[in-house]
Amino acid sequence: MTTKAQAVLDWIDERFPLTSSIKGHLTEYYAPKNFNFWYFFGSLALLVLVIQIVTGIFLVMHYKPDAALNASGIPAAFASVEYIMRDVPGGWIIRYLHSTGASAFFVVVYLHMFRGLLYGSYRKPRELIWIFGTLIFLALMAEAFMGYLLPWGQMSFWGAQVIVNLFSAIPVIGPDLSIVIRGDFVVSDATLNRFFSFHVIAVPLILIGLVVAHIVALHEVGSNNPDGVEIKKKKGPDGHPLDGIPFHPYYTVKDIVGVVGFLIVFSFIVFFAPEGGGYFLEYNNFIPADPLKTPPHIAPVWYFTPFYSLLRAMVWPLFGLDAKFWGVVAMGAGVVILAFLPWLDRSPVKSIRYRGPIYKSMLTLFIIAFAILGFLGTKPPSYAFFGVIPGAPVAQLFSLYYFMFFITMPWWSKMDKCKPEPDRVTG
Amino acid sequence: MKKLLTALLFTPLMALASGPELHLDKAPLSTEPAALQNGAKLFVNYCLNCHGASYMRYNRLQQIGLSEQMIKDNLMFTADKIGEPMRIAMQRDEAKVWFGAAPPDLTVISRSRASEFGSGADWLYTYLRSFYRDDARPTGWNNKVFENVGMPHVLYELQGEATAKIIEHDDGHGGKSKEIEIEAPAKPGKMTAEEYDHAVADLVSYLVWMGEPMAETRKSIGTAVIAFLGLLFVLSYLLKKNYWRDVH
Repeated sequence: MTTKAQAVLDWIDERFPLTSSIKGHLTEYYAPKNFNFWYFFGSLALLVLVIQIVTGIFLVMHYKPDAALNASGIPAAFASVEYIMRDVPGGWIIRYLHSTGASAFFVVVYLHMFRGLLYGSYRKPRELIWIFGTLIFLALMAEAFMGYLLPWGQMSFWGAQVIVNLFSAIPVIGPDLSIVIRGDFVVSDATLNRFFSFHVIAVPLILIGLVVAHIVALHEVGSNNPDGVEIKKKKGPDGHPLDGIPFHPYYTVKDIVGVVGFLIVFSFIVFFAPEGGGYFLEYNNFIPADPLKTPPHIAPVWYFTPFYSLLRAMVWPLFGLDAKFWGVVAMGAGVVILAFLPWLDRSPVKSIRYRGPIYKSMLTLFIIAFAILGFLGTKPPSYAFFGVIPGAPVAQLFSLYYFMFFITMPWWSKMDKCKPEPDRVTG
Repeated sequence: MKKLLTALLFTPLMALASGPELHLDKAPLSTEPAALQNGAKLFVNYCLNCHGASYMRYNRLQQIGLSEQMIKDNLMFTADKIGEPMRIAMQRDEAKVWFGAAPPDLTVISRSRASEFGSGADWLYTYLRSFYRDDARPTGWNNKVFENVGMPHVLYELQGEATAKIIEHDDGHGGKSKEIEIEAPAKPGKMTAEEYDHAVADLVSYLVWMGEPMAETRKSIGTAVIAFLGLLFVLSYLLKKNYWRDVH
């Protein structure tokens, strides 16, 4: 480096930890060398966050959060989305990137969380990383839910109506709380405007803050790996982990491969199937919101459906409280319970590679349960498999399993016949 | 009992729907300019009196091979300037009194009508060929796909006046299920059955095009994007491989 450039860098470093930050987080952050396929999804989640923010900035330039009807009797918000799709140069691509990005975000985050379950990434000393992660997931759900209202189509409107009404089931404060959330007695222009505000600034701020905390905590303790052994335990004479390699350039060049691979799949959807078969953009949402016309079947977008199934599984009033309230409790608990994983898991090993048959079967069944709950959540409660096996009791059974997986984990994770962990990573 | 409870719980959330199964004919769609132009002509003449297409500007019709002058001379009945959208003069509140419901805007109708039974185009293609005479209805028309629809059969001069045989079955639960069988028009229209199907196919092709005019552009850009990413994937993989040579 020329002396002049060095002088500028020195000047900055005396005032801001530039070089030390680059070293600490990139060039001298030692990551295990045995990351596999599942380790792409963290960086991909960050990529999708950036896609959403950048496309979001451009969408806000043309979108109008206004439920008033225009001269043709169409809500201004709905019309502004079609304006973006047709009259704004390149608007359609920005909008499809954003709408597909929402689904992609959840795909990537679900796979990222599954990686945690596979390799015990939530275990000591990474409990805080995991808690920040579940908070990110929660914020992401709020962000997606509020964003979905903005196109002001039939599903936007009625989906929001259903979900906000759920809060009214909370005893004592419920009815008032739902009015505070809506800003009105029904979902209306007031709701649209506050959801817009939350969607474009409040929740994204929280989300970014949590993402920073998630990464800072990760870089403090170091990454887990598919073997679930701590690389920091075996250090070379230079003080660096023997099984670690600097994040930059090794994982930056590797993540570029992951990014390009992801973008290929992502582009297939954006350019060839932006509606995602009615799962990414629901067909009913091409009809402007009509408060007087309830659609025959209101289904949340696919990424909420496992939790929606948990909600619908509770059909019994308990302790003098509505079944609806217990449904809300089940849905909330379904998310919150994730945060307790670090203390529920009592296994002597972290990675699935060294776990016994119990964990492997429990986890497989858990994934099946999650997928079936997700599938049933897209269907009306009267749905039956092949027209014969009623879906509602199946959903209740798998909901029960969903919670049992977590609640009984302290016992079965301890009982499991684990293999001994290796000293070093196995590649 | 449990089912009843479920039903009761979700009545406010979710009306128990999924009505009877719909049998839709596959729409023979076209992206040929001639078909789209014919569809545009039918749309402007038969639909754009009660239905608007308020996100669709007239000048966008140039995209299907029409010149500005041709649009102005032949298609632009409801606007003065070529950049204006396809609006209508009918008042919505009056339309509601006349038809029972204000006719929906048709710009994105083909996208909204998709369902598990078929694409939006299939629905429209079947719907426009399923009108039959029904004296019990205020308009004198009913539809097999959309029962008791407020819309009369605006294309009847082309198709003729079809009638239907209604067969009622005992459904075994004390109720009756209805089967509607449309019969060939007793009073023929200007077109033969084949010609009419063809005209409807053109009209639906136009509606699909209007629903997303940049769909073809989207796909051609997509092909280039994916080709580029494919190349980048190979290069980035080689770069990674080279950097990782010394990691064992």
